[in-house]
Amino acid sequence: MKLKKNIAVSETGFLFDSNTGESFSLNETGRKILQFLKEDKSEDEISEWFAENYEVDQATFENNLYDFFTVLQNFKIIE
Amino acid sequence: MKKKPEYERPIITKINAGVTDKFGMRAKMPIISEIDGIPVNDLINKYGSPSFILSEQTIRKTFNDAKRAFTTRYPNVQFAWSYKTNYMNAVCKIFHSEGSWAEVVSGFEYDKALSNGVAPNKIIFNGPDKSKEDLIKATENGSYIHIDHFDELYELLNIADSSKKRPKVAIRVNMDTGIYPQWDRFGFNYENGEAWNALNRIMMSKKLDLIGLHTHIGTYMMTPTPYGVAASKLAELAVRTERKFNHKIKYIDMGGGFASKNTLKGAYLPGKDTCPSFDQYAEAISNALINSELDPNEMPTLFLETGRALIDDAGYITGSVLANKRLADGRRSMIIDTGVNMLFTSFWYEHEIYPAKEVSSHSEDTTIYGPLCMNIDVIRSVIKFPSLQKGDHYVIKRVGAYNMTQWMQFITLRPKIILIDTEGKAHIIRENETNDSLVALENVPDYLN
Repeated sequence: MKLKKNIAVSETGFLFDSNTGESFSLNETGRKILQFLKEDKSEDEISEWFAENYEVDQATFENNLYDFFTVLQNFKIIE
Repeated sequence: MKKKPEYERPIITKINAGVTDKFGMRAKMPIISEIDGIPVNDLINKYGSPSFILSEQTIRKTFNDAKRAFTTRYPNVQFAWSYKTNYMNAVCKIFHSEGSWAEVVSGFEYDKALSNGVAPNKIIFNGPDKSKEDLIKATENGSYIHIDHFDELYELLNIADSSKKRPKVAIRVNMDTGIYPQWDRFGFNYENGEAWNALNRIMMSKKLDLIGLHTHIGTYMMTPTPYGVAASKLAELAVRTERKFNHKIKYIDMGGGFASKNTLKGAYLPGKDTCPSFDQYAEAISNALINSELDPNEMPTLFLETGRALIDDAGYITGSVLANKRLADGRRSMIIDTGVNMLFTSFWYEHEIYPAKEVSSHSEDTTIYGPLCMNIDVIRSVIKFPSLQKGDHYVIKRVGAYNMTQWMQFITLRPKIILIDTEGKAHIIRENETNDSLVALENVPDYLN
């Protein structure tokens, strides 16, 4: 999954798409995932990081991550 | 070892500028983590998911609010608990202990009231379906029979011929009170003279004791004014009866229909902000009776059969999330273990549903489905709802009226009903169904075994 180049994410979770002018708000988990995508981290690396640093098992997180990717695709935020 | 921070599933929400309203939106959804002091998690762990929870404290408080509203405005008031709204024996007994009579609409409910220890002369028998046996029993017992149609009137005249007791009766009157739709299926119409006609026939037969006049103008009445109109019309009938027959009507029964604080589907504002209070209903009814031509020295007793408004707030459902999934257009949907089979009122209410634990301020547009394999099993079609995971708990508010009587055994088995007493102790007042309890009523013909 790759974040589109025209997407800007602030530290507080505000996301702006300069192509469409649309803006979005992210919760902390969502913001962190987008930051990792920007750093070209793989899905496995993201999952491992969350399982290590948060109160969540890897299976639950992966389930949520792929659901989140569907939403990002719907909003045309990732390629 | 240091505890890891709480996890919340990732959420992204589109910001829509420009579309707003003057009321604004609360950024964070409130939670219900306990009911009358008992944590929701404990209730679910002990009694299963889902369960109905009833608060005795709320029942008694609501009843006393309603009683105060009427007794401070009118000299003689008597409540009668509407069995069909919730006829769990424990619930009925709470209302009876507060002084409520029983208002029943079938032979089954009549027997239930008797077995709950209600004195037969404190039972009001309404409804269009009273068998001959029901009418004989009610006559012998001295219960108040509210006549719904002429066939019933003639049946009672026959019974009066063979019975040693005179049936104590009232007539049910329907009328135009300015509301739409006008309810005209119960009783005799006022405007076309049918009610006056029925009343004359009763008085001239000299076989029945006409003691009351009854009306049930509608349900979920969102304005008190029609009650004032109805009370005036019944008072006028009572005055005419006294003038013509020198006979005093002992009570005027205004039926039920007071709205609860639930929000109807399609309503712009929440029910808790728009529905009338007991004081407003009481003001409309009492003013109409006091300002009528009724003899101020012998005002008839005012009977009230309100059900929904007295019990809705006391009921909760506690349950768990079964799954989250995406719909074709990317919308989130959440499946919970409460379906329309047990939450019948979700067909017309936007039920309030809350998480049972702390959530962040991020919410998504969500459709909440029940667990049934049926397309109509929708609890909320659109709601801004925070992120809950499979297994997380939720609470649905204001489900005390009609659900525990209109629920269906369909696809799944019906759950337990728990009553939390005024000391904060929980009691099972109805066990959950089991395969055995259901199959016990079935028979398989021998040739199929």
